[in-house]
Amino acid sequence: MSEGHDPLLEELLEGKHRALARTISKVENRAPGYRDLVSALSAHTGGAQVIGITGSPGAGKSTLVDKLAETYRDRGETVGVIAIDPSSPFTGGAVLGDRIRMASTVGDMDVFVRSMSARGTLGGLSTATADAVKAMDAFGKDKIIIETVGAGQNEIDIVRTADTVAVLVPPGSGDAVQTLKAGILEIADVFVVNKADREGADRTVQELLEMIELGDGDGFASVGAGHHGAEGMTGTDGWSDGREPNEATTRDEADQATWTPPVVETVATKAVGVEQFIDELAAHRTHLERSGTLADRRRLRYAEEIRTLLREDVNGLVEAQLAESGGVEGLAEAVRTGDTDPYTIAGDALEPVEACLEKLDTGGRAAVSRDP
Amino acid sequence: MTMSEQEQRSIRCLVAKVGLDGHDRGAHVIARAFRDAGFEVIYSGLHKAPEEIVQAAVQEDVDVLGISILSGAHNTLVPKIMSGLEEYDAKEDTLVLVGGVVPDEDKQQLEDLGVAAVFGPGTSIEETIEFVRENAPER
Repeated sequence: MSEGHDPLLEELLEGKHRALARTISKVENRAPGYRDLVSALSAHTGGAQVIGITGSPGAGKSTLVDKLAETYRDRGETVGVIAIDPSSPFTGGAVLGDRIRMASTVGDMDVFVRSMSARGTLGGLSTATADAVKAMDAFGKDKIIIETVGAGQNEIDIVRTADTVAVLVPPGSGDAVQTLKAGILEIADVFVVNKADREGADRTVQELLEMIELGDGDGFASVGAGHHGAEGMTGTDGWSDGREPNEATTRDEADQATWTPPVVETVATKAVGVEQFIDELAAHRTHLERSGTLADRRRLRYAEEIRTLLREDVNGLVEAQLAESGGVEGLAEAVRTGDTDPYTIAGDALEPVEACLEKLDTGGRAAVSRDP
Repeated sequence: MTMSEQEQRSIRCLVAKVGLDGHDRGAHVIARAFRDAGFEVIYSGLHKAPEEIVQAAVQEDVDVLGISILSGAHNTLVPKIMSGLEEYDAKEDTLVLVGGVVPDEDKQQLEDLGVAAVFGPGTSIEETIEFVRENAPER
């Protein structure tokens, strides 16, 4: 789609807040024309630093985001915030309350706060969030902060939309740290122990540090190799002689790719530790750029975005077909009465799709297999 | 198939407490009822200035702005909000409702400013939700 035809896009690029707000609504609603709009937006993106913030409910995410935004504003940078809250699976309704905590930057339109509910299904929310980030990026925001409850896979997908992910851990949550090991440890670039003035904060910091160190030791081969690599570099400088070339390569790569997540202590309500937090975010950004990881991450993200879009679209096609053949209720009733079963129905529904794919010429197949 | 079949439209509302009154029970009840009706509700919190309400309404691109005022200062606060919305081209397609204690003689004045409806004490929740469903702006 050639740009310039869409007045909304023009107004957004001119810096009209209303246009940015309306663009995000279109993206969120999957309104007619949103695809062309997002396509046109993409050409104007890439300038913003995208930060994801997650953590358990009540960890202080919104308050910290508020202080973060305030500090960035003091430094003369513009900020966009996307705050995601869960929606009711029954009514689809939601109360989006993050905005209440974001009072420091009130009256400052250069902090653009947008609440989004988890209304989408099948990865729809992460696509909508990624598109909303693009809108803010094209609008010209320097920093974009995505805030979400770290409660499920969906949320993890969303924070992955970010270049840098910070995970908030409240003090005294020994059990929480345990659970973190499984999922969120892998996505955290920076750990934040918020409410650090509370009892148990030191212990939580210690537990996190131990956990990070543990991660260095066993499971994370690349991190472990990084230490060896570093020794080789600083020590004899002899890693290139007498070693297998591929060994040297992996160590070199590992060394560059090494990032050990720091643990930052903050008291968001008093804005304590925010500067240090920002420094760590900046350090991670620098690491991403120098090590080439930024390109890797973005490539991964776009791959995921393409996959999600394809999934959504194919799903849309099938849903439409279902609706045409009388909707899912009738089929469900047939299963209930024992006339058929879900697998048979799914197979029947997909049969024409599979037939179409088989009919595709080899050119199409080649294009797909070329992909990886 | 057109993509519009996938459209996921949801009515977005900002429930706002403006000015110095601290009575937010009504706002809470409305927020909860709107949520149960399937709306997306953004709650402003207490003691907000008109500019804050305008900022939130514009950025969140809400269909409905529900202002709760029990302090009697509606004649001062509501005009400020309405002119703020106008400044950001948001007045035309935002359904503005006022809830609270508003004397009859002031109602007309608020409606002249662009307020769609004033709901006084005793208004049923169902009535309010029905009004929003019927009058939420088409965009």
